[in-house]
Amino acid sequence: MAKIELTRSLFVKNTLKSRYPQLAVFIVMLIVYIFAILAGLIGTPVGSHNFSIVFVWIAWWAILILIAVPFFGRGWCAVCPIPLPGEWLQRGAVLSPPDKRPKWLNLRVPKMFRNIWLQNISFLLLALFSSVLLTTPNITGIVLAAMLFAAIGLSTVFERRAFCRYLCPVGGFIGLYSQTAPIELRIKDKQVCVKCEGKPCYNGSQAGYGCPWDVFPGGLTKNTYCGLCMECIRTCPHDNIAVNLRPFSADLAKPSTRMDEAFKAFIMLGSAMIYASVLLGPWGTLKDAAYNVGSSAWFVYTFVFLTIIFGILPGFFTLGLLQTKDSTPLKQRFASLSTALIPLGLMFWVAFSLSFVLTNASYILAALSDPLGLGWNLFGTANAAWQPMLTSILAPAQTLALVGGLIWSARTAQKAANEVKVSSIPVIVYCFIVTSIMLWLLL
Amino acid sequence: MKRPELLTRILITVAIVGAVGAPLYIWSRTPLIHAQMSENGGWSPDVLRAEVGKPLHLKLTSDDVMHGFAVGQMDMERVDVEPGKVTNITLTFDKPGIYTFFCTRWCGLNHWRMRGTIEVNDSSSDPEPASIPLYVSLHLDIDAPHDAASIPIDQPSAVRGQELATDLPVDLSAEYYRSHSPYQAFNDLANTALTDSQRWDVVTYLWQLNTSKESLVNGKQLYVQNCAACHGENGAGNGVFADDLKAAGDASAQTMAGAQSMTMQTPANFTDPTRMLGASPALLQGKILRGGMGTGMPMWGSIFTDDQIWDLIAYIYSFQFEYHK
Repeated sequence: MAKIELTRSLFVKNTLKSRYPQLAVFIVMLIVYIFAILAGLIGTPVGSHNFSIVFVWIAWWAILILIAVPFFGRGWCAVCPIPLPGEWLQRGAVLSPPDKRPKWLNLRVPKMFRNIWLQNISFLLLALFSSVLLTTPNITGIVLAAMLFAAIGLSTVFERRAFCRYLCPVGGFIGLYSQTAPIELRIKDKQVCVKCEGKPCYNGSQAGYGCPWDVFPGGLTKNTYCGLCMECIRTCPHDNIAVNLRPFSADLAKPSTRMDEAFKAFIMLGSAMIYASVLLGPWGTLKDAAYNVGSSAWFVYTFVFLTIIFGILPGFFTLGLLQTKDSTPLKQRFASLSTALIPLGLMFWVAFSLSFVLTNASYILAALSDPLGLGWNLFGTANAAWQPMLTSILAPAQTLALVGGLIWSARTAQKAANEVKVSSIPVIVYCFIVTSIMLWLLL
Repeated sequence: MKRPELLTRILITVAIVGAVGAPLYIWSRTPLIHAQMSENGGWSPDVLRAEVGKPLHLKLTSDDVMHGFAVGQMDMERVDVEPGKVTNITLTFDKPGIYTFFCTRWCGLNHWRMRGTIEVNDSSSDPEPASIPLYVSLHLDIDAPHDAASIPIDQPSAVRGQELATDLPVDLSAEYYRSHSPYQAFNDLANTALTDSQRWDVVTYLWQLNTSKESLVNGKQLYVQNCAACHGENGAGNGVFADDLKAAGDASAQTMAGAQSMTMQTPANFTDPTRMLGASPALLQGKILRGGMGTGMPMWGSIFTDDQIWDLIAYIYSFQFEYHK
């Protein structure tokens, strides 16, 4: 399927070039975000009725993992309010053209941190505390506030969106899975970029700011680190930036060679399986261990969690790779072939999320009407009873997602294996085994 | 600064101040009464104030599990307080005094500690002085053992007792019933020609005479709502919290008074004839009114009315006696 350039439409292009539509969305998102922090801190401690829990971990998560990431890639990052206050502070402006002199320290992020290892760690930290985080409003409020202030702090020390690019716990996996999305921002003609003086898309101009994501659009080959902020559309003097519709998983034809991204795939795959066991499984002891943060059982859970993610899953994957003899270095094969786990991981998360989103979606109605738990009934739904939704289609939908993910991954494995000229069979077998385990956990 | 930039900054500032300020303002002006399990703090606030004749509007919410709300010695429907939801209730007091509000759901081991007070003032009159309870005027030591020295071999019968009592000089008055234990009444019949079994039948008749069907129904309802959690629905001291109470007693015994504390934490067994036949209604009134010092038995004096306590006592005796057959 050929690409379709959406920005050929004048309406789309002008909407993206203008700052005002995006600004309007930003302001609304920022208000909702701040409200979520406050609701977490002053609202009812009962998670199922608190706006912060219901809207962040049910509504937002459902939109993110079931719609935004699969269909829009980093679409969420395009409207995320977390970096905004820091970015406005960093720029000293909201709309005005950038000053030539930076207002803050404007340091470059040290090279050792210019990867997604910090994002891997921040995601794992949230994952390990998730049982408490996902159910305790004030913890959610504190974490949301901490992310906002961390983004502000990093903006005053480092250049561009250091938080989004290197620390955001969700940014890492959104970037990884955005490679599968049928949307991309790319240049139209490479030669135009080569000849372009001053590279305003990266360095900024009177028309707008240099890429907040520290990406030179001229070199973009995959979605992973493009935050779809649309700054380059505004700054490109040659109208050489396009937003395209494209086939799903187009980026995966070019396998990654980075270990931080490879391990991200394992972290996401393993986390989905462990979450399915803890949150949906029938094992009370496991649930207790995950919930009792700080207890000895929790430390055992943490050890097992990390062992599965950093030992067992990549270990068996490596053992599979060792079954085929090849001159390509193992590290390169490992990194390249782990690309096959990206669609599978995404589908694991889709299948897992369907369970708890459909089970808990009815809480959204009650939380909408009484977001702070003060006895309001704004939309007449404050007393809406908890009612799992679409339970009859849940198991078929999950099966479809997992089997579809397996087929998608097998196809990706074949392409990645061709790139590094090795057999794809061990990876396909690996995907089959983990998919079977996930099916057993969910159904 | 250009005009759009200025306007945008003003808009963002207003939006942020509004997003922070509006919820805080509304929240600070909505006084909620929070219910939590006793281990987490109970009612908050736990002291309320009201004026006689002026409606007191309360907004109740639970921060953890399902609780209930009622005010002691007040004719009102108990209401549920659900987690994360707000229950509105309006109370109007016609007499000054200190009222006790309490949780009406078995929310946890220390459920009975979930209490608070409402201080109701009336500038025109003083609170009525409380009457002295019977167990006080009888100088009963309600903490001392009052076990019956002997108990019936078979289940006594009020029907048989009624036939036997007609020719006997038995005091059938409420005063006698309330101030004597069944065993004392049994002893008072020692000078008659009745066998032990027949004397217990007469005692049973005496107890039935002072126990109406209505009081049994009321007493059962009170018992099921308030007592069965520890004492068990069948009165055997084996309610759903009994094991937890014993475990708590075991734990406290390590630091407190040893075995005595441990046994005191076990809910009383109303099916035990030695204990129950040695206890007078006045003694039971004292236990219920004041509660068991140092045990898990709460004081109910501020919650139950006198009539409710007598109804409850009548029902508790039904674990020993066969009535109305």
